[in-house]
Amino acid sequence: MRILIVGGGMGGTILANNLARRLRGELKSGKASITMLSATDQHMYQPGLLYVAVGKMSPDELYRDQAGLLESSIRFEVDPVTKFDLAGNNVTTESGKRHDYDVIVVATGSRPHAEGTPGLAEHALQFYTEADALNMYKSLQAFEGGRVVVAVGVPHKCPMAPLEITFMLIDYFKGRGIWDKVDMHYTYPIGRVHSLEPVANWAVPEFERVGVTYETLFNMKEVTADKVISEEGTETDYDLLVTIPSHKGMAVIEENELGAGGFIPTDRARLNIEGHDNAFVIGDTTNLPISKAGSTAHFEAEALAENIASTIKIGTPVRDYDGKVFCFIEAGEGRATYAMFNYQNPPDPKPPTKGMHWFKTVYNKMYWASARGLL
Amino acid sequence: MERKLVDAKNTFCPGPLMELIGQMKLASVGDELEVLSTDKGSAADIPEWINKVGHELLDSFEEDGVLHLIVKKTK
Repeated sequence: MRILIVGGGMGGTILANNLARRLRGELKSGKASITMLSATDQHMYQPGLLYVAVGKMSPDELYRDQAGLLESSIRFEVDPVTKFDLAGNNVTTESGKRHDYDVIVVATGSRPHAEGTPGLAEHALQFYTEADALNMYKSLQAFEGGRVVVAVGVPHKCPMAPLEITFMLIDYFKGRGIWDKVDMHYTYPIGRVHSLEPVANWAVPEFERVGVTYETLFNMKEVTADKVISEEGTETDYDLLVTIPSHKGMAVIEENELGAGGFIPTDRARLNIEGHDNAFVIGDTTNLPISKAGSTAHFEAEALAENIASTIKIGTPVRDYDGKVFCFIEAGEGRATYAMFNYQNPPDPKPPTKGMHWFKTVYNKMYWASARGLL
Repeated sequence: MERKLVDAKNTFCPGPLMELIGQMKLASVGDELEVLSTDKGSAADIPEWINKVGHELLDSFEEDGVLHLIVKKTK
């Protein structure tokens, strides 16, 4: 059984390590193999970029060698896939190599797409790449006060990011002693300040307490040098614009016509590509209507690893992915909370505490154990 | 013109309206999108957004506890 994993982010890495442990005997005897193909030899802890953007983490803290995170029984190659042949059960890579497989898992992730909104890439600060996060921090350092607008594209990675960056910016400006010179305005695409109603109900009084104004049903249509114009016909001026841009799946997914916007149609329980029983998708690459977040990839990877292993061992999958998501929420002032939910159970976030913030801070270091499949 | 299904049943985040907004970006003018939602709030918030942006709500009905909203992209 040749298992091919395309992508070495959180989902692909947890899946590969989990499978390697479940299939230790099969890998040793040669009855199974696991190959991972990635575009890079480095693994980035993406949630750390939020902290880089406000000077709370250094970029070098975000990286590890990908090979060092993987079980030694996993074959790892830095050679990104350029062509998928799902009917023929093979892929072709950038180097021209062909890989045949019995099972394939696509975990290529998503990418920010500020270019999709006219003017946004030129005028807004963002933090979804190392370069952008550093640029944002340097721009914040040079900022001496004025109107700061947070604007959010759809879809986006990490649904908590809009609120988190807002509260972290407040802390940053307070830390510099210029909060009284800042007029912060938060915008959000739907009719409340966050997708999750209990989170929105908590955030509004927090905004009112610290003096953040907000506008809902605000979807960016166009950005000029000094204002954001919305699809809904309103506009807001800014001196400093911070954006959570819309995201797309990776270009190779669109180029191979696997899914609109680079997101692959995926069965919400079995995680297979619709119409293919031996091809699966996890993480941001799915088109599932759930959070694009590291925890989603993590829980999907665990469910899928169990099913692939059980299919090899007993000929059938044993569980469905239940839609589980767990998101930390940095709430500012050294506090945090979290939201946990699945397809059947809505979230019930608790009031933020300093203890949860410290747990998140520790998790930023513990992530590497999680990627190795030890947590 | 095609009708695309936006199956947002039993999901909480990003939720049916955010799913619709994302799918609307991928659609062409004239396309229809049918949103499936089990979020009672969708009966109000999706029409509110549709009206504000200027798309067209063609139909809405509930069937077996699932709200169906059919929307046409007009611009």
